[in-house]
Amino acid sequence: MTDDALRATIALPHRLRHGGFVVGAAIVGFVIVTALVGPMLVPHDPFAQDLVNRLVPPMWTDGGSAGHVLGTDQVGRDYLARLVYGARISLLIGLSTVLVSGLIGTTLGVAGGFFGGRVDDVVTFVITCRLAVPLILVALAVVSLVGSSFLVVVVTLGLLLWERFAVVARATSSQIRNLDYVAAARAAGCSRGYILLREVLPNILNPLIVVATLEMALAILLEAALSFLGLGVPPPLPSWGLMIAEARDYMFFQAWVIVIPGLALLVFVLGINLLGDGLRDLLAPESRA
Amino acid sequence: MIPGAAPPILEANALSRSFQVGQGLFAAPKTITAVDDVSFALRPGEVLGIVGESGCGKTTLARMLLGLMAPSVGEARIDGRPAHGLDGRKRARLIQPVFQDPYSSLNPRRRIRDIVALPLIAQRRFGARDIDRQVGAMLERVGLAPELAARLPVQLSGGQRQRVAIARALVAEPKVVICDEPTSALDVSVQAQILNLLDDLRRDLNLTYLLISHNLAVVEHLASRVAVMYLGRIVEEAPVEQLFASPRHPYTRALLASVLTPEPGLGIPDVGLGTTLPDPTNVPAGCRFHPRCPQAMDTCRTVPPRRVPAQDSSVECHLFG
Amino acid sequence: MTPILTVERLRVEIPVKAGLLRPVRGIDLALSAGETHGLVGESGSGKSLTALGIMGLLPRRARRSAAQLRLGDLDLLPLGERAMEDVRGDRLAMIFQEPMTSLNPAFTIGAQLTETLRRHRRVSRREALERAAAMLARVGISSPRTRLAQYPHQLSGGLRQRAMIAMALLCEPRLLIADEPTTALDVTVQAQILRLLAELQRAMGLAILLITHDLSVVARVAQCVSVMYAGEIVETGAVADVFARPMHPYTRGLLSAVPVPGKVKRGEPLGTIAGVVPSLVGEIDGCAFRTRCPAAHDACVRPVPVRTAGAGRRYRCHLSPGATEAPP
Repeated sequence: MTDDALRATIALPHRLRHGGFVVGAAIVGFVIVTALVGPMLVPHDPFAQDLVNRLVPPMWTDGGSAGHVLGTDQVGRDYLARLVYGARISLLIGLSTVLVSGLIGTTLGVAGGFFGGRVDDVVTFVITCRLAVPLILVALAVVSLVGSSFLVVVVTLGLLLWERFAVVARATSSQIRNLDYVAAARAAGCSRGYILLREVLPNILNPLIVVATLEMALAILLEAALSFLGLGVPPPLPSWGLMIAEARDYMFFQAWVIVIPGLALLVFVLGINLLGDGLRDLLAPESRA
Repeated sequence: MIPGAAPPILEANALSRSFQVGQGLFAAPKTITAVDDVSFALRPGEVLGIVGESGCGKTTLARMLLGLMAPSVGEARIDGRPAHGLDGRKRARLIQPVFQDPYSSLNPRRRIRDIVALPLIAQRRFGARDIDRQVGAMLERVGLAPELAARLPVQLSGGQRQRVAIARALVAEPKVVICDEPTSALDVSVQAQILNLLDDLRRDLNLTYLLISHNLAVVEHLASRVAVMYLGRIVEEAPVEQLFASPRHPYTRALLASVLTPEPGLGIPDVGLGTTLPDPTNVPAGCRFHPRCPQAMDTCRTVPPRRVPAQDSSVECHLFG
Repeated sequence: MTPILTVERLRVEIPVKAGLLRPVRGIDLALSAGETHGLVGESGSGKSLTALGIMGLLPRRARRSAAQLRLGDLDLLPLGERAMEDVRGDRLAMIFQEPMTSLNPAFTIGAQLTETLRRHRRVSRREALERAAAMLARVGISSPRTRLAQYPHQLSGGLRQRAMIAMALLCEPRLLIADEPTTALDVTVQAQILRLLAELQRAMGLAILLITHDLSVVARVAQCVSVMYAGEIVETGAVADVFARPMHPYTRGLLSAVPVPGKVKRGEPLGTIAGVVPSLVGEIDGCAFRTRCPAAHDACVRPVPVRTAGAGRRYRCHLSPGATEAPP
């Protein structure tokens, strides 16, 4: 066994990381399945109001009924149905935002890191400008001006959350640019574009995956924050953030109204992070030695 | 020079390369001249060994010869054509590198067969089956078992990876191969295998090598001519037997004297170079070697020595001209 | 005279995904004061882990065991981490290969040197700086006081290595373990550093365990040598003797593979050793070198005897002394 392989083998505490990945994957998988098929399985319509049955507590407390497993909210809508539907919204928001911001950030970062010189100066300037922009204020301003809708939220967050992608992509691609295998590819006669796509990009994926999961979690949290402030996904769409906002007035009387969506958010974000961590370790070529 | 000999296949004409290094906000940027007025001519079938320590500019020289870096002054020519302006694909069929570090010279995410196939893919005129055939033949040539073709670099040992690097360099049938410290990162027993392989391939495929190494024994084993570099300049150049038998430049002599051999009882040589170290950002005036030279004279401090050609060698030192 | 280092049947085992990795499989070493002992091996031979095992610096999952592990009269085996911290830097020191990563880039040279000194001796800060400056001068660093205030990145590779040697020798240890101390240096600097180490050794009566893959360094610098392969020492003895009459086929292979400047024959291939190092996971039957040995035969699968060939001269091989003289 070579020295490198020996060191890598000794360094990986493989059992711990594997566990985290499994838990994370389980959580995220569960949420995905819920988002896809949940709304069809739940007996109630998340939008159907039933003012007679307002604030029915969850099934396991007294006053609860089997008809509404997690109770109802302040206008009688079934909580479970809203939660399940909300999963769909959070997932969609998370994925689309990451896609948009990931594309913008990676393109900019790789351009700056790989080409260096003037291009890098421009990219650094753009990143610095972006970092100077206060995230939430801009998001609020945009949404107040343009009005809130699913598309607006995704585009706004996507245009604001790309800087970590850019910074990481720039750092890693500028390191890789100096490695011998890139020089060998150039000596072999490969075009710059080919080298970018086939030699550089696959090798910067690992840290970018971790960034993607962090950003996805952040996007979901931000959307929840926006919805909480009334500027996110428009009601009556049951975003978890909106559910938390609507429950604000009742949280001291009926704690479950705020605890349930809050918990859902926590568990989902945790799951995404664990998954990202685990993915990065599993995909590292060293672990295949 | 032998009359009627083939024209040089690799030439350097007054090759120089400088870099600007920033000194922070308030100081003017410094200029580092990594390679300074290097000239040589390599004939087909020859092996030119470039010897020097860190900071001598050999890596920058290699990049310029490969056409990967533009010279600041002068030009490198491969087969009569300028290295830098040449189309990448044409150049790939003329000159290829083998780098030092077998761990960073192979893309960790690509399979061996794709790595070796790269120069052929870049040529854009070979079909997939043709490429497979050529790659398979080359892997066999360098002594790698065919089942290694589907593996990732991390699954191979250092010696095996270096063989892959050699296979990749030779698959497009170049005329010149630049070997930049090809065995420095390898174990002793593996070094010998790779050196033997390089020598065999050179004879079988009629290759010309530019061999960069700090290991004088390796150079003595493979090279036909040797050029010694110090802080960017070639200070001595001679046929290999002559350089090792009667080195002229004080740096060459110090270098040869510093080399340890596996011969017990001879102790450690005291080369008399003092403790100052070469600093490419602060090249001494006059002869750049004078602060460390045990035979420095007064002129050496102020006047840079000029190249003194002899029969088929040259030296740049006030002691000789 | 009590040997400064006594190691008997040192083993290191590390549980990994594929099973139990055994990079060190029963090493014996003995060093006396003023002696340099070369531990030679290629990558994967286990020599660095041997050093770490002696120092007590193995990774957490590793398990170390030995019949004996003594530094002079001090038994190192039962010592916990706290007790080892007292020994390290004081009586037992180590220097590493990469001068760039062995010194902390965030602290000045002076801070790092005085930290070591004050950890083990009761001295004031001023006194510590004085001693540090004196030590830097002793290792050949000019203007030592200026250097004390500098950071590692401001020094060149050779100077950093000297600073590291200064740091290791500040408390005048009895044993210095040097792991590839000159491999990353230029050849002219290498000669200087090796001379420095030899000088300091003479002055301090230091014992040095020199770990390297470079046979030439060992030949010129060490008095005794142990050749390591796949976790075992396959041959040991006085340097002059081992190099003149190598007994083990691996030693012979190594020696024939090293090109010697001045004795190189162009056009003639160098000696090589075919094959690769066997996996160190799990047990190895018999001789670990048999898969690559030109003289291997059926008996080599059985446990290998240790043969003696004179005072202090031992090697592990099934072949009788006459047989190993046979050409490959």
